Amino acid sequence: MIDRRSRLARIAQVEIPILAIIGFALAPYLWMILTSIKPARELAEWPVHYLPREATLDHYRELITRTSFAGNLSNSLIIACGAALAGLAVSIPAGYAFSRFRFGGRRLLMTGFLAINMFPIVLLIIPLFLLMRALGLLDTYLGVIAGHSTFAIPFAIWMLTSYFNTIPRELDEAATIDGASRLQAIRLIILPLVLPGVATAGIYIFITSWNEYLFAMMLSGEAVRTVTVALQLFIGEFTIQWGLLTAGGTLIALPVTLLFLLVQKRLVGGLTAGAVKS
Amino acid sequence: MSNAAIAVDRRRVTWTPFLFLAPALAVTTAIVVYPVIQTIWLSFSNYVIYAPDDQRFVGLANFRTMLGDEVFWISLWHSAIWIVGVVSLQFLLGLATALLLNQSFWWRGLARALVVIPWALPSVIIGLMWTWMYDFNTGVINDALIRLGLLSGPVAWLARPDTALYAIMLALIWQGFPFFAVTILSGLQTVPAELYEAAEVDGATRWQKLTKVTLPSIADVIATALLLRTIWVANSLDVILVTTGGGPGYATHTLPLYAFLRAYSGMEFGYGAALALVLTVILFAAVFIYVRRASGEAAR
Repeated sequence: MIDRRSRLARIAQVEIPILAIIGFALAPYLWMILTSIKPARELAEWPVHYLPREATLDHYRELITRTSFAGNLSNSLIIACGAALAGLAVSIPAGYAFSRFRFGGRRLLMTGFLAINMFPIVLLIIPLFLLMRALGLLDTYLGVIAGHSTFAIPFAIWMLTSYFNTIPRELDEAATIDGASRLQAIRLIILPLVLPGVATAGIYIFITSWNEYLFAMMLSGEAVRTVTVALQLFIGEFTIQWGLLTAGGTLIALPVTLLFLLVQKRLVGGLTAGAVKS
Repeated sequence: MSNAAIAVDRRRVTWTPFLFLAPALAVTTAIVVYPVIQTIWLSFSNYVIYAPDDQRFVGLANFRTMLGDEVFWISLWHSAIWIVGVVSLQFLLGLATALLLNQSFWWRGLARALVVIPWALPSVIIGLMWTWMYDFNTGVINDALIRLGLLSGPVAWLARPDTALYAIMLALIWQGFPFFAVTILSGLQTVPAELYEAAEVDGATRWQKLTKVTLPSIADVIATALLLRTIWVANSLDVILVTTGGGPGYATHTLPLYAFLRAYSGMEFGYGAALALVLTVILFAAVFIYVRRASGEAAR
């Protein structure tokens, strides 16, 4: 858009409003971090004193040494990595098929995978709990990973199909003419090119699995409890220890924020491609 | 090539994509399709988890119970307020953000990155942050409103039936508006500059450019984003679960939360499944009507 506004008008009409919106977007996050480094006595003050007078890492130390939080962190890490690997393993071939083949039922299947995201989680969670109980998979890594795959696979297929589509089909044909089999062409030509997309989809699955709460709560017990479920239990257990709770919240939120910022551009492109193109 | 060879070749071509799709289809059948079918079956039974042997086919009894279940109607009404309030405010805030981020200023890249952060956060953290900010005794929201002179004393936002639902809605609006912002922004970037130049030559005001050029050009993007967001907001229950658990009383019960609570706390899987099924049917009906209307408009 051609901007004929003066510098001053732009500050007043664009930069100050956007600063206010970003303030709104970040304030709760910053408040959580500030709370986590304030000593307990400062947290009980009224009226609230916004900046910590004496910053401290006591809450973090207490969280790691006195609670199960470190173990929960490693459970979450294992489950999120597992969900990403399992999701990619089945989604990469599926995305390739949707991108490179034209076959009967293609549209129907693609729509089907999209529609899965519309199912309310409550619709799946009850029978999935019964299924995992019957298979003896309650409170195992595999059980929670399977639960997270319900949303991870459809999303990954959707994203990977659009990433595969960005790679020209002429490359496949050139490889075939040079005598490569289909699998060789995929392994040597297509996969290396689509790797950034694969990484983005993997990180996206990691983030959603790390963040997920309902499936993890239903399908995990003490043995594989994830950080989100543990934190929710702490809210009941340490009701007024906001320093401890916000320290836990910060430790959960920081890694996903960093990962998200890392892949954001490509991720938003992949997720919104469907919305923009239609 | 002989005819037989062609036939063989054709069959190979038709089967190959399904080989690639087989793992995804198998896993999805096991963890999505089969559970959905079982939910439908459960909703016609009176399955209670601690008495599985008493499971009987009860026909439409669960659905009949629902009609007379006051909490079901309360939850349905709250769901309506929840969806309309959250989605429309997320949209308006997201649209404003996208329009601003589409202007040029020197720290635009940083602004675009930062504004998306709420969207990346887990719902448990969102529940935690906002519960803490709404806290009656030392919450920063009461503190700020009292300092600004807008309140004379602290309010227990999440414990009062008249404020609890709206307080949680604000947290959800906060979390979801970045989705609209980035989706609409990517739509805005596809609007050709010539359209604005032409409008400017014709002497259009800034408001006219917005309503006559920008919004019609991105109508499809907005419609798709609204649809996806509506489904997501309608289904989301974890922030409510973390902040109030549905209380005080039934003040923050929405339909998915009620279905979950009946299944999880009440252990009545049959009735919970029936509630979940009704939610799904209502949602899919809404999507169906929406898509029919959208494609009808496109055909015109």
